[in-house]
Amino acid sequence: MTDDKDVLRDVWFGRIPTCFTLYQDEITEREAEPYYLLLPRVSYLTLVTDKVKKHFQKVMRQEDISEIWFEYEGTPLKWHYPIGLLFDLLASNTALPWNITVHFKSFPEKDLLHCPSKDTIEAHFMSCIKEADALKHKSQVINEMQKKDHKQLWMGLQNDKFDQFWAINRKLMEYPAEDNGFRYIPFRIYQATTERPFIQKLFRPVATDGQLHTLGDLLKEVCPSVITPEELDGVKKNQIMIHGIEPMLETPLQWLSEHLSYPDNFLHISIIPQPTD
Amino acid sequence: MAEPERPSMTLLGGPVGGEGATEMGPDTNTLEPAPSTAVSPGSEEPPGDAKKKIDILLKAVGDTPIMKTKKWAVERTRTIQGLIDFIKKFLKLVASEQLFIYVNQSFAPSPDQEVGTLYEVINFSLYIMNKDKLLINYISA
Repeated sequence: MTDDKDVLRDVWFGRIPTCFTLYQDEITEREAEPYYLLLPRVSYLTLVTDKVKKHFQKVMRQEDISEIWFEYEGTPLKWHYPIGLLFDLLASNTALPWNITVHFKSFPEKDLLHCPSKDTIEAHFMSCIKEADALKHKSQVINEMQKKDHKQLWMGLQNDKFDQFWAINRKLMEYPAEDNGFRYIPFRIYQATTERPFIQKLFRPVATDGQLHTLGDLLKEVCPSVITPEELDGVKKNQIMIHGIEPMLETPLQWLSEHLSYPDNFLHISIIPQPTD
Repeated sequence: MAEPERPSMTLLGGPVGGEGATEMGPDTNTLEPAPSTAVSPGSEEPPGDAKKKIDILLKAVGDTPIMKTKKWAVERTRTIQGLIDFIKKFLKLVASEQLFIYVNQSFAPSPDQEVGTLYEVINFSLYIMNKDKLLINYISA
């Protein structure tokens, strides 16, 4: 059996080949060539697209440039969702590279948050980690850390330094031996087919009888429409996806939380319709 | 994301100062009477889940201007961003001023999170003295 630690590395270094194209109505002085990039799944769009921005701004006039935003097939892409989640939710089962359209005009105020600087991303990221630790350890672990540890989590993500990030993050993944898991599992379930932002509830990793809760147990509890009798008979209507893979429904949730959480310490689970072909 | 409509939050309870007062002022006819204030403390009402609206308690931090009315009932589906917009409007902050909200004295909820969702995941907390209300701190910058 391979070491479970390898899973952390595989998750961290997941990449999505992406082609950025400037929106047709943007005014340019020269033709804007598409720009290709391998996007880290665990990062955020506005954190890793400085080069994309520079590339397109070269062919534009200064006065035509305002805040950059991204769109895929008509859907504005929320920078505050991790990249891997956006891809799983909106673009799995499509051909690669992922085609993202770049905009500098008509910022969709209703759909997107502004991202004036990297500090905004950092604040969002740290808030997610704090919320996750409130669920996992009543905030005890994150509150006992020093400011420099918080900074190290962020710098690890920003600079794509796996060891730097995990040296601190492993503390957030610990729990008392007698508990068999966290207090509650930080998770969010997203559905491509609904308007609601996401589902999030309190869910414990261990049942009252001591049995470990599984991914299937979680879905049955908080999203029962997904686990239909047909589904259990093997006629799949939905795909349950994390980091581009479909974990078995029998997988213990605690294990998933420790190994397949994003750096923000949440399990971001996408439910998408099974492709018909 | 659902477009935050104009604030439709309704006032809870009577005039401020009369803490826990259940009498409604005469000018509350446009506001929805708060069901929870009519419930005596001893009655066993099932927690939040069944209720359409969430009772929240808004508290200013630092030198942020306070809201005279602290208790509000909010639709479960209102987003955190919708709540922030409401408070900003209430405090007459200009658009460029930022307002942050915190729960649990520990984290800022995601702006696209629904208040109902937040209530469900936060309700457990030991920090919240007032178990049937969601305590939200706000601070302007």
